[in-house]
Amino acid sequence: MRNIFLFIARFSNLFFFLLLQAVALTMLFRYNKFHEAAYMNVANEATGKVFLRYNGIQTYFSLKKENDKLREQNARLMNMLKVDFNAPDSSLQLITDTIRVDSIEQYRKFLFLPAKVIGNSVDAQNNYLTLHRGSNQGVDVNMAVVGPEGIIGKVINVSPNMSVVMSLLHRKNSVVALLKKGSGFGEVIWDGKDPRFVTLTKIPRTIKINKGDTVVTSPYSDIFPAGQVVGFVEEVAEEKSTSVYSLKVRTATNFYSVQHAYIVKNLQKSEMDSLLTKVKKD
Amino acid sequence: MSNLLKNIIRFAIFILFQVFVLDNIPPLHRFIVPYLYFLFILWLPFKISRGGLSLLGFLFGLTLDFFTKTPGLHAAACTLIAYIRPFVIGLLMPKEAYEISYAEPSITSMGLMPYSVYVLILTILHHAYLVFLEWLEFGDFFYFLGKVFATTGISLLLILITEILFVRKSRYRTNVA
Repeated sequence: MRNIFLFIARFSNLFFFLLLQAVALTMLFRYNKFHEAAYMNVANEATGKVFLRYNGIQTYFSLKKENDKLREQNARLMNMLKVDFNAPDSSLQLITDTIRVDSIEQYRKFLFLPAKVIGNSVDAQNNYLTLHRGSNQGVDVNMAVVGPEGIIGKVINVSPNMSVVMSLLHRKNSVVALLKKGSGFGEVIWDGKDPRFVTLTKIPRTIKINKGDTVVTSPYSDIFPAGQVVGFVEEVAEEKSTSVYSLKVRTATNFYSVQHAYIVKNLQKSEMDSLLTKVKKD
Repeated sequence: MSNLLKNIIRFAIFILFQVFVLDNIPPLHRFIVPYLYFLFILWLPFKISRGGLSLLGFLFGLTLDFFTKTPGLHAAACTLIAYIRPFVIGLLMPKEAYEISYAEPSITSMGLMPYSVYVLILTILHHAYLVFLEWLEFGDFFYFLGKVFATTGISLLLILITEILFVRKSRYRTNVA
């Protein structure tokens, strides 16, 4: 017995070191469980405050670029307005629309909540963004995040005033997407190498693909609104052994300089989910 | 300035510099990630117990992890080099030569060659372990090797610049005060 104690005392430093390693590695490899744990929320809130301070200064350096981006988006949205479309008169009389102006509001599926990006990483193998909007402001986990140029990721953790977003540049990320010009569903994944490119897999060979084709989110996702831009095809690589393409896609969002984002809330998700669970139960 | 206060300030500065300056640099190449923060551990005083060093390394790495949202990754690598540090110093220097005269490792206290070797060994160890942990998740051996060497190179360059810019006055301590 005494020898055991002596042994432990002699190698106490080694044991302490191994203990710390074990703690660190457990945290690393069980991150998905840990980021739900309470202390990660507290840590997020604390680091979020530091990020916020820094961001207050940093935003000034890219105001102009950001302004251009938002103007571009404004122009795009304004072009979709109904007033923009004016067909030549084919009728003889002017018809006044008697429907309530906001009658479509009750059918709304997606609500866009603006949020400021206060923390961002691109260098790591798993990248996260911090947004300055949390559960007090209506954010919940598993909401989509899109930017002025294209999609960014989805929310994986919220604290009262901050939320953490799993970026598109994340090993566990997978978004169902298709080519804008035609069908062909695939999955967008990241290989962890170059933050400017993601990979679109599982696109059937039957489709003709050109460089520069737009990749958008699928209409079947209950997280992302349909038709949000993911990126543009940069390179087509045929997988010889299978009958599918794997496309190198340049992300629409420039992850180096993302500053503003919209968190997308699916208002019909609870109804959809309850229906699905009911089907699975039966 | 007392040693404790000096190291607390260094702790904060190294973390903030890594998070807000180095991590914001647009990558030159996918192999190159500029790391400098672990120099804090290399600069810690000689007279910390080995257990204390490991714990400090762990806490330091974990602080960075909270900013990069990778709990455990940097903590594991920092704990490793903090634990190995005393052995490397013991190998490179006879014990009497430094511990009595100087407070912390530097070129003046250890000599240019031993200090360079000390920095080189710990830098490679840190990066190798860090990239290895990332590699476990992705798995591409040449990527692993390339990243270790490229990142080590860029880190050594950064350390050299830091050593030249911030000359640490290592006081020669005379006999017991």
